Amino acid sequence: MPSTNDTPATVPAAVGTTLKRPRVAGIGRVLVVVYAILALGAFGRSLVQITEQFADAPVAYTLSAVSAAVYIVATIALVARGAVWYRIAWITISFEMLGVLVVGTLSIVAPELFAHASVWSFYGIGYGFVPLVLPVLGMIWLSKNRPVRSAELPAEPAATGGPSATTGSSATGGPSATPGPSATAGPGRS
Amino acid sequence: MIVWFSYVQIAVALVAGVFCLVSGFAGRKPNDFSLGATALVEVLLVAQLIVAIVSPAAGNPPQGDVLTFWVYMVSALLLPVAAVFWALIDRSKWSTVVLGVACLAIAVMVFRMNEIWLVQNV
Repeated sequence: MPSTNDTPATVPAAVGTTLKRPRVAGIGRVLVVVYAILALGAFGRSLVQITEQFADAPVAYTLSAVSAAVYIVATIALVARGAVWYRIAWITISFEMLGVLVVGTLSIVAPELFAHASVWSFYGIGYGFVPLVLPVLGMIWLSKNRPVRSAELPAEPAATGGPSATTGSSATGGPSATPGPSATAGPGRS
Repeated sequence: MIVWFSYVQIAVALVAGVFCLVSGFAGRKPNDFSLGATALVEVLLVAQLIVAIVSPAAGNPPQGDVLTFWVYMVSALLLPVAAVFWALIDRSKWSTVVLGVACLAIAVMVFRMNEIWLVQNV
């Protein structure tokens, strides 16, 4: 009986081969919130800098605006579903990592270029080094939450945990509902 | 801004933040205590808003940049509201952690607002 249950389960799953991302859950939600707060802070600061004193340090303030935009896009990319957004999340978070390292080093080596504060000056010291830590956490989170082919979803229940287990059981539940409720209740509840 | 009031507010936001973080990591879903603590932080922010509006007329103008101050003020007012909204939609322990993160961010922001108000060009 279990072997006959497996065959209809793999057939509908193999039809849809689009890449799917699991919904942001668990500690990933906290990561998104911290990103949103940093995006808000970077945006507010660059808004003030550009409206009031852009001529003082065009390089630093342009960078400030760029970093604010990247943080906003990264926040959206972490939440949005789909393989394209996953790639955008990697690009923006890598850009942040690069930015904080390059600008952080430059602000120490060539302080005259970055005398005016930006999010990334001195490795983000003005923001409690959050800009330095956050991309690392973001990359760890992204690598642990890859988009999976929907065909592979039932195949690897250990990798994605809860969500894939429910989709797997719902896929088996549909076609195999007729053989008997006792057969479907076993894998569904466990 | 009134210095002692700002410090009271920072202290309340810190306590509320730590409480929500501990409560969240202990596995509690957002409850009356964590939501109430965040609401208290928001109420104090509204009081701070009124103080910031009235103070210049009472001979206590901001020393630092006015626009920077108000960007902080408006952002700070939005943050706990967004966090509570989030906690009401997503009933998980991570929402309690989110409340804590928001409260701690408020503590930092009020500290910065205080600096901007009292000291020129910080």
